[in-house]
This record gives sequence, C-alpha cells and structure tokens, in this order.
Amino acid sequence: MTENYRDMWTSLGLDLAAHDQLLAVLGELYQQIYLGQKNRPKGMAYFDFVISEVHGLRIKELLDAKAKGRKVIGSFCLYVPEEIILAADGVSVGLCAGAAFGVEEAEKHLPRTTCSLIKSFFGFALTRVCPYMAASDLIVGENTCDGKKKSYEIFKGIVDRLYVMDMPQMKSESGRALLRGEYGRFVEKLESVTGRRITAESLKKGIRTVNAKRRAMHRLAKLRAADPAPISGLDALLANQVFFYDDPERFTGSVNQICDELEERVKRGQGVFPKKTARLLVSGCPMAIPNWKLHHIVEASGAVIVGEESCVGERGMQNLVDERGENMDSLLDRITDRYFRIDCAIFTPNPSRAEHAAAMARELKADGVIHYALPFCAPYQIEASPLEQSLEKQGIPVLRIDTDYSPEDTEQIRTRVEAFIERIRG
Amino acid sequence: MSKRIAGLDIGSRAVKLVLVERGEPVRQAIRDTSHDPIAVCRDLLDGLGVDRIMATGYGRNLAKQYLDAETMTEIRAVSLGARRLFPACRTLLDIGGQDTKAVALDPSGAVRKFEMNDRCAAGTGRFIEVMAAALGLSMPDFVSAGQGARKGARLSSLCAVFAETETVSMVARGVPREEVVLGIHEAIARRSLSLLQRIPVEDDVVFTGGVAENPLMARLFQKGLGRRVLLPEHPQIVAALGAALEAAAHPD
Repeated sequence: MTENYRDMWTSLGLDLAAHDQLLAVLGELYQQIYLGQKNRPKGMAYFDFVISEVHGLRIKELLDAKAKGRKVIGSFCLYVPEEIILAADGVSVGLCAGAAFGVEEAEKHLPRTTCSLIKSFFGFALTRVCPYMAASDLIVGENTCDGKKKSYEIFKGIVDRLYVMDMPQMKSESGRALLRGEYGRFVEKLESVTGRRITAESLKKGIRTVNAKRRAMHRLAKLRAADPAPISGLDALLANQVFFYDDPERFTGSVNQICDELEERVKRGQGVFPKKTARLLVSGCPMAIPNWKLHHIVEASGAVIVGEESCVGERGMQNLVDERGENMDSLLDRITDRYFRIDCAIFTPNPSRAEHAAAMARELKADGVIHYALPFCAPYQIEASPLEQSLEKQGIPVLRIDTDYSPEDTEQIRTRVEAFIERIRG
Repeated sequence: MSKRIAGLDIGSRAVKLVLVERGEPVRQAIRDTSHDPIAVCRDLLDGLGVDRIMATGYGRNLAKQYLDAETMTEIRAVSLGARRLFPACRTLLDIGGQDTKAVALDPSGAVRKFEMNDRCAAGTGRFIEVMAAALGLSMPDFVSAGQGARKGARLSSLCAVFAETETVSMVARGVPREEVVLGIHEAIARRSLSLLQRIPVEDDVVFTGGVAENPLMARLFQKGLGRRVLLPEHPQIVAALGAALEAAAHPD
C-alpha cells in the first residue's frame, strides 16, 4: 500500500505505527500463503488487488461515499441483513477480525478465556488499527453467543455508536417473531442514522443486489464439487471473506467472472491439485480475514478444501430472499425467512446443522470433514461432538481441530491433519 | 528396489531408528533428540549404507529437508509397527515425550479413528520426567517407589507447572513420597483412559511409546480398562519400525 493513504489513516484516528506493523504482517502472510499457490485462476488477480488495497483504496471509497452523504454500517455477524443496510443507501462492511493483534490490550478488558475473534475486534479497536471500524457511522453488535453479548456491554464503553440487535435462541414461533421484530427495529435505527426513509422499493432493490451476490457465490460453491477442484480452498475462502467488505455489485461481477473461468477449467478437467486429491469440508466457526491458518495447513499437507460450512462460507451464502414482496412488512417477513433458516450453533437444539454438513459433504464429494472451533467458543465446541458422531455414523470421517489465531500449534495440527488424510486414503 | 531401509522416528525426547532388510528388522537404536536432531540422525545412520529413509515424528519434515527422507505421520507409523508385532491389534495407546495418541484400527489394520492430547504436554513422558525430578528420584526409583505404594495421593492437576507445586507441597505436608508417586501415575492413567474413551475400543490394547517402558503405567491401564494390555518388547521403537515397514511395502 502506498504512502498516499497516510493522511487518510491519520484523519481516521489510526495509530500509524501500530497500523504499519499490522500491514507488514498481513502483507507477509498473504505473500507467503497466497502468492505461493500454484495454478491459481486468473480471476484471483482481482482479489489480490482487493487485499493489497484492503486498508487503502477500499477505505478511500468508503470515505468518498461518506462525503456524498452515505453512511457506513459495520457489523460482526451474518445475521445483520445487508439488504436493509443497502435499502437505507448505507454501505455494509464486516468488522470481524481474524488476527491476534492487540491481544494484551484486549485482555485488560476481557478474560483470557475469551475466543480469539472477540479478543481480536477488541484488540483492533483498542490499538486503533482498523480503518473499517473507524469509518463506521454505526457499529452493529448482535446477541448471538454469550461471549459476544457480554463483551458488547464492555465494548460500548470503548466505541461510541454501538447498536446491539437481539437474537433468538430457539427456532420457535416466538423466536422467529423476535428476529422479525429486531429487523423492524433495525429499519428504524438505520433510518435515523442515515436520515433516509427505507421504502418497499429500496428494500426490494437491496434484496436483489444481495441475492445476486449470493447467487454468484452459489455458483462458485457448486464449481468446487468438480474433481480436480478448479480453485483452492484458500482462494475460495478469500472470496468468502471479501464478500463482507467489498462493493456488492463489483464483487458479484468479479465472482461471476472467476466462475466463467472455472467452468472452462472444469470442462477441460483442469484443477489446482491433481485429480483424486483428498477432499475436505471444513465445518464450524467463522474464519475472518486474515485467518487462513487451517486452510493453509490442510492444503500444504496435500488435501484440498472444497467447502466451508461456516459463517464465512455456506451460512453466509445459503438461500436467497424471496423477491416477491409487495410492501415493507412482507419484504421484512421474507428477509426474516431467509435469515431464520441459518443453522448457527447459537440455536438450541440445532439438528439441521449436522444434516446440512452431511449434505454438503455428499454434494461436494468430500472425503471427510474437519470440524473447526475456536477455543472458548462454547456453541461450536460443544456441538462438535454430536456433529462428529452423526457424520461418522453416516460413514463420513471427522477430525476435530480446536485452535485459535496463534501459530504456535501449527505443527501439532499438521500432524493431525496429515494423519487424517492418511486415514481417508486408507 | 531398495534393500536397506531406515525408519526414523524423530520425537521430542528421543530419536529412534529401525533398519529393515528384506522386510525384516535387523537393527535398532535410540538416542536423545538433543538440540540438533539432524546431527543425531546422521550419527545413527552413519555407516549403515541406507538406501532409503522413511521419517516420522515431530522432526519428520526436518529429515525430509536435510536427509532427503520420505515422511509419514507417527499415527500411521505406530499403527503399522503395532500390527507387525500384534497382527490382530485393533486399539493402540501411545504415550511419547510430548503427546498421547489413542488409535482405533479396523480389522484390516487401517486407521479408523484417532485422538491426540491438545497442545500441552500434560500426562506425557516429559511430564513424568519433570515430576520425578521434582521429587528427587531417578526414573527407575520413581517407578519402584510407585510400585511400593499401597494407595495413591489424589493429584488435582496434570499441568506440569501446577502439579510440581502440588506434589512438593504434598510431600512437605507429610504425604509419603511413594503415595505421591503412585498418585501421579494414576492421574496420567485417568487422562489417557479418557482419551481412549473417545475412540471405539476393541479387543486388547497395545501400549507403545517411551512411557510404555514403565511397568506401573501398564498395570494401571490394565486395571482401569478391564482389558488386556499388550506390551511390545521394545515399545519405544514401534513407530520407527512401522515407518521402515511402510517404505518396504511400497517400493519406490
């Protein structure tokens, strides 16, 4: 990233020295993990560019949009509907953080036994290195897991402009009503922050834009079913991560362009790894940018990841919002329909997740599933055991990996992953 | 076709070598890993005229880099070694210097499921060494102290740092040292059995790794499992044997 952005970062109140450090680490990591891959689709050049400008050009775009009166809405979770944000002419950005940065600062406010993801967004805020957070006019939290809902109570004292959305915990009629009510409340909140009225028409437009984005990701997900896999798990993960940051229309176009290229590859039987490479599905916690740890270990061990049953992946992409609504109420009902079906582990019970993971494993012709959980993430760590039993019973091998963002356990994980690949190959 | 194949198991505490010729083990050796495991490997290999090396254990990728070795994981290697020694083996417990593995094999010997301890070395060989040193005992004295105890003192933590403090304070309180030693063994046995419970356990359990040299551990497992525990004559070299056999079975 070039020097011209320094004034911009200063104006956002970033700590330039700490921020330089973060960018240096990020750049090195990307170089080492991404640019060393072989047979990458040409279309990934777009994502390489996005990453190289992730704190540069994209932030400039956000500031330009703000200068024109648009508002930037940051959020941490896929239950915050981008459709509604777009309908208020807002710009939606993901704030989830995937790097162990500012951990010591975070631990001044949080117990050490907090998951890496929460510590990370605290660390980013406290060390003032996240331009997305700094540019956000509203930061939307959500009462998903206990870790998040309790830490937002503290986070409120660190950032102003935090708004917390409540979340149901059961897939009941009252649970659905709660989510529907919260989406109605979110409409009002956005209208007051943006000063714009959300109309049935603008909401419909938002729904169409996000549906197009999801449709492009569905295309990409399906193409990964081919053997040989036409794209690495790392590259597909990156697209899933950038989904939360990029201009939606440009992103959709870029993903579709990659899909055109991948379709050609599949026709020619061309892939990133040889045919018959062991194929794995990852299931579990979100992998926020730049958390590429597990994918990197797996693909360096000679397997390919063909899907992510994850927030950054299938849960963020699955299903579309029905576009046939006539008024605000019916459109918000349709939006609620889509989001309420997501099988996040905060719900109890949550049997559809294991079914969904098994179905994905079959559709993507995965030879096994790696269950990935962040330590201290009770919902996913606890759900791992029944999910593992259910999949193993259906003849789908499962390996459980609990790991945080730090690299110190890389070799132990590598041994497990390699042994799992040996198990699959027999 | 390769004639002399070395299986090298480069663990956290020891490097093990097994030399295989025409599919049969002909020589074995064990050395401390030291600060320079590759030098130890070179020393072990010196003069053997080895045609091919299959490396396993934590240092396997070092051997790939410096010794042009092929690699496999210790989970598969120890399984193959155990099947050579006990052809009907379906369940395996391996406790090495810094990790514990429980492996379930299908009837053909393929790995069906495995579990490993997480990143800390609680209850592994290194932990036993630290505890023996904390109590001022050599390894043989440590084992015989435990064997002589009538009951074990209950240890609440398997973290090497906490357990060291706890055992020292127990001794200071007047708990007989042998009861503390037995208590340490019992705590390790409980931890390993809980790992075994996460895999399907079938038939007798083959116990391997450096810690299987400790006869008290084997006795406690037998008691805790209610199953027969089978011990190889040389439990520490089983993974190295398996590695060499894997290479022998797949001519390059």
